[in-house]
Amino acid sequence: MELKEKLASSFLAFENNVALDLESTVHDIRSKAFKAFETKGFPSRKDEEWKYTSLNSVLKHDYNVFPKKEKSLTFKDIKKYVINQTDCYNLVFIDGVFSVFLSNTTHDGLDVCIMSAALEKPKYKIAIDAYFNELAKEKDSFSDLNTAFSKEGAYINIPKNTVVPKPLQILNFSTGADPKILIQPRNLIIVGENSHVQIIERHQSLSSNITLTNAVTEVFVNKRGIVDIYKMQNDLETASLIDSTFVSQKRDSVASIHTFSFGGNLTRNNLSFYQEGEHCVSHLNGISILNGKQHVDNHTLVTHKAPNCESHEMYKGIYDEKSTGVFNGKVIVEQAAQKINAFQQNNNLVIGDKASVNTKPQLEIFADDVKCSHGCTIGQLDESALFYMQQRGIPKKEAKALLMYAFSNDLLKNVKIPELKAKINKIIARKLDVNIGFDL
Amino acid sequence: MLKIENLHARVEDKEILKGLNIEVKPGEVHAIMGPNGSGKSTLASAIAGREEYEVTEGEIALNGEDIRELSPEERAHAGVFLSFQYPVEIPGVTVTNFIKASINESRKAKGLPEMPAKEMLQMIREKSELLEIDRKFLSRSLNEGFSGGEKKRNEIFQMAMLEPKLAILDETDSGLDIDALRIVANGVNKLRSKENAVIVITHYQRLLEYIVPDYVHVLYNGKIVKSGGKELAVELEEKGYDWIK
Repeated sequence: MELKEKLASSFLAFENNVALDLESTVHDIRSKAFKAFETKGFPSRKDEEWKYTSLNSVLKHDYNVFPKKEKSLTFKDIKKYVINQTDCYNLVFIDGVFSVFLSNTTHDGLDVCIMSAALEKPKYKIAIDAYFNELAKEKDSFSDLNTAFSKEGAYINIPKNTVVPKPLQILNFSTGADPKILIQPRNLIIVGENSHVQIIERHQSLSSNITLTNAVTEVFVNKRGIVDIYKMQNDLETASLIDSTFVSQKRDSVASIHTFSFGGNLTRNNLSFYQEGEHCVSHLNGISILNGKQHVDNHTLVTHKAPNCESHEMYKGIYDEKSTGVFNGKVIVEQAAQKINAFQQNNNLVIGDKASVNTKPQLEIFADDVKCSHGCTIGQLDESALFYMQQRGIPKKEAKALLMYAFSNDLLKNVKIPELKAKINKIIARKLDVNIGFDL
Repeated sequence: MLKIENLHARVEDKEILKGLNIEVKPGEVHAIMGPNGSGKSTLASAIAGREEYEVTEGEIALNGEDIRELSPEERAHAGVFLSFQYPVEIPGVTVTNFIKASINESRKAKGLPEMPAKEMLQMIREKSELLEIDRKFLSRSLNEGFSGGEKKRNEIFQMAMLEPKLAILDETDSGLDIDALRIVANGVNKLRSKENAVIVITHYQRLLEYIVPDYVHVLYNGKIVKSGGKELAVELEEKGYDWIK
């Protein structure tokens, strides 16, 4: 049975199983989303947006849509994936199922809890009606598929004038209890006026069984709100991720998404920003360091709808062995969005003989008084720099690593959580297989 | 210290060094002068082990050991230091971090533990004062946006930190104003000892007023065509190179 057909029968079972009160609009949203998915089907390379990313290696598997067995994990199992901070709010999901035992939620002032509760309980109805699927609606077939099966994930609602002192962590683990599993987390993040929150998100496979994660996150940032989202992607080669994040910004808000892609079979990051009010600032940063046959595709969209806003986009990639990468950065400047400044840069180092990268800026500008700039580079390591470093006693392998580290370094400056930065440094050093003679 | 015999070297298909001989003993300073394209920088690169410079014939021995088969880093660990004519910019690595990596990698190669942080800082402070280098300078990215003078001073700073046995200064005076020249020369002079040797490669006699050589060699068309004492440099300054060709 083809995956699409399997999903159709699974959807019927899913809808019959979930209890919702009759006034809920969620049932309707899911049904419409599934119809939209069925009409569109999975994308192929004939679609312009998927021209350089083939889904063949991902869609050929017969996934379990609902986990058959439940597996529990102890803190020891997941410890190394958690940024260790006390008094931290964590949301841990095991094969798509929320783990009360490993999580630390709250309803005290702010809501850090789970989507399944938010979708069912009347007290969340106002927020769900106002925000749920407002951004992800009929954007692309993977998001529609996620919406159709939306049930579990993080629900984070920060009321106005609240600064969340410690980063929140959303951790999704797949255990390998099923040989092949499809997980579809659905997150909703609402940041109130003048509020500030930092979020770390991670998808991690703990066994070499096949995992496909199709995640959707909707983020709403209200006036003067600040949100920083860090996406850690260092998964096994048997795990693939389609991650779609939609961000809507009200005036004077600042939203930043940092994507660190160090592993996984196929990783597709769709980031879509919508600037709804004046003086918004959006930051989109990404570092990809890949080897083996890994593939990362960063697709970004920034829609400038209002005047006097800024967007800064900076993506760097290092591709070794047979790894491949895609960067597609689309910027739309609507007619009303005068005096905006949109900056986009994509720099790549292609190290492996069989590695490749495709990079494509797409600018659609309908306003006449704007500043839009973009640039991209694809290059190799500078031989004269390598010789210079070797002359100073640094062996070639370390010299290469140091150059690659330096190449990605200016993006690490933006990581504001020291523990996370240290962790990323460690991953990079391990990824580059070196121990450089100073603390990175 | 360094003994080069009948050295032939080429870059791609072009033979640049055509039978060069030189011997440098500990404690000595040798100046190598010569017109553009005579092979001065090729000699420096061949000693330091740059891959593109292929030694086709002859020998390079450091303290009696043939170093032709050694990698650039192994030569560096053996005590060879090359001050580059055009130091490379490395954005994202600070001067301090670079020198730390450099020292610790050299120590690692010798089986020594990393230099304790306190000792390292102390040494950095001392040597940067010697070269009149501002603290702020040390936290900037290596050579990025440095002026010509800053780049050269940074080279000599690294030399001071690494304490090489054989230092080759390739056109260290180019791009230096008179104050920077004095500071750089002063740094080099302070590092001179009976145990180490210096090869100064230059176009002009100017630097040799500050770093006084024991021997001056004229390199022309891939060979040393004339050697003498420091007075040879003065003569070259007056007469140019034509009379030697």
